Amino acid sequence: MRAMVYRGPYKIRVEEKDVPRIEHPDDAIVRVTMGAICGSDLHLYHGLMPDTRIGHTFGHEFIGVVDQVGSSVQNLKVGDRVMVPFNIFCGSCWFCARGLYSNCHNVNPNATAVGGIYGYSHTTGGYDGAQAQYVRVPFADVGPSIIPDWLSDEDAVLLTDAVPTGYFGAQLGEIVEGDTVVVFGAGPVGLVAAKSAWLMGAGRVIVIDHLEYRLEKARTFAHAETFNFTEYDDIVVEMKKQTDFLGADVAIDAVGAEADGNLLQHVTSATLKLQGGSPVALNWAIDSVRKGATVSVVGAYGPIFSAVKFGDAMNKGLTLRMNQCPVKRQWPRLFEHVRNGHLTPNELVTHRVPLEDIAEGYHIFSAKLDGCIKPLVLPSAA
Amino acid sequence: MTSSTSDLPIAYVPGRPAARETADQLRARIPGWGADLDPKDRPSTPKLQYQDGLTGAHWEFPERQPEKWPRERSLEHAFLTPVFGTAQPPKGLSGAIRKLSYARYSEGRAAHWLLLVLADRVDAVEEHLRSFLTSRPDNPITETGVRSEFTHSGLSSRLGKKRTDLVHQSLDPIVVVGPWVAAAAGAVLGARRLVRAVAR
Repeated sequence: MRAMVYRGPYKIRVEEKDVPRIEHPDDAIVRVTMGAICGSDLHLYHGLMPDTRIGHTFGHEFIGVVDQVGSSVQNLKVGDRVMVPFNIFCGSCWFCARGLYSNCHNVNPNATAVGGIYGYSHTTGGYDGAQAQYVRVPFADVGPSIIPDWLSDEDAVLLTDAVPTGYFGAQLGEIVEGDTVVVFGAGPVGLVAAKSAWLMGAGRVIVIDHLEYRLEKARTFAHAETFNFTEYDDIVVEMKKQTDFLGADVAIDAVGAEADGNLLQHVTSATLKLQGGSPVALNWAIDSVRKGATVSVVGAYGPIFSAVKFGDAMNKGLTLRMNQCPVKRQWPRLFEHVRNGHLTPNELVTHRVPLEDIAEGYHIFSAKLDGCIKPLVLPSAA
Repeated sequence: MTSSTSDLPIAYVPGRPAARETADQLRARIPGWGADLDPKDRPSTPKLQYQDGLTGAHWEFPERQPEKWPRERSLEHAFLTPVFGTAQPPKGLSGAIRKLSYARYSEGRAAHWLLLVLADRVDAVEEHLRSFLTSRPDNPITETGVRSEFTHSGLSSRLGKKRTDLVHQSLDPIVVVGPWVAAAAGAVLGARRLVRAVAR
């Protein structure tokens, strides 16, 4: 089969690889019909995530058709069209039993602090991902769902990570009616978080970024007020001015490890790999909210320490809430929101990249060329 | 608490900020506004919620996947997890560093992660060198996708834009090309020394 492989920081190519095999009775092999490149894939692409091995195939957002099933699989059969959450999870450990599917303890031998994720380095379990023609799907009875007939492929693929993660980010903010919510980052996750904040009753939604074309999307897709932080001497002070010096009620960090806005933070993390991530957006979130507020973090960070302003968080009495999104737990409610038009995921898609051209797709997404917000990957064109 | 009537900034007085728009105005302007106002409609509320057989798992503990080589694992695990990825088994010097990191240091130790980062860089060097012994050596031009700079508005995506990432993007070529230049320089220096040694 054809598969994207990592060749070192900023370098990938498409190679011939063996089709994955059933390795456990509850495995399925899925033929990928559509995938996506996630903003968090860029952390791998830039060499920021420890234990990202040469030859690794990335990709954790995908839909496909079941090609093979293991001997114990009961809920899927060959030929089913499935959407697969980015989380790999067993459904039975202490954490899964309580709905923390993203924190499964039975699928990632490499680390206890993170669950299993497709194509996201050995730190999340060493599973090859879905930017390929085929992918191994462990616990096929637990993770995947058959795609409802009414759901489009593009909406379905975006429901495997970006949309539920954005919605989850708003949920973690514990929004109450009338809250002022500030979202840092106008990528797909931030845009969905901003839109979801309205669903939860926000009275005002503000999105902050430095890419004007993404802020334009925040205005049209998420009905948000926008601020380009490069136009302000100090975006934290601006947020205080905007909120009558109170600070926002909720802030959502939808940026994560490669936040811009502070060159030292960015270079020490993204370039020199000395931090688990550049916490610029997180620190701005901590400083922009009012005392007693909630800061939600759905931007991804690496496992190495980061220079977070924890003293401010403590002194302000903040509630910090965060996690990788337990995707499947969100689906029933999100299906309703998509079906009745409250969320329109495919409006986020800007690029559709054949697998063979994926090196260009990564560069376009990484360098923010051509108005790129969300690139999809089309393995069938390989 | 009523809305503040003071002229002072709201942070300094007890009232709450006046709402900019009413719920009806928001509902009219934004499709779905307030649909999940009730926390009970939010699927991960409460965070811990017993799933009571809803996950699809038909086991208490999953059958164990065969372990085909001594699989590296975190010291913080009681045992090898029943299911695990089998991509890219450790090999070479990078593999030795990775195995050491997993065998010696827990996730709580910086040494664990720093050794893994070191192994990643060693892995890249090993695999780049290995690629030169194959029919498909690494090609930094095609593998960086830099061709898209000319097909997808590389210049107009940057010119005149207030983008803070342009400052550090100038460092990216150094990250990509730097090790190649250093390796080439090392090879040239080594070759010169060898030639001089032979000439003597």
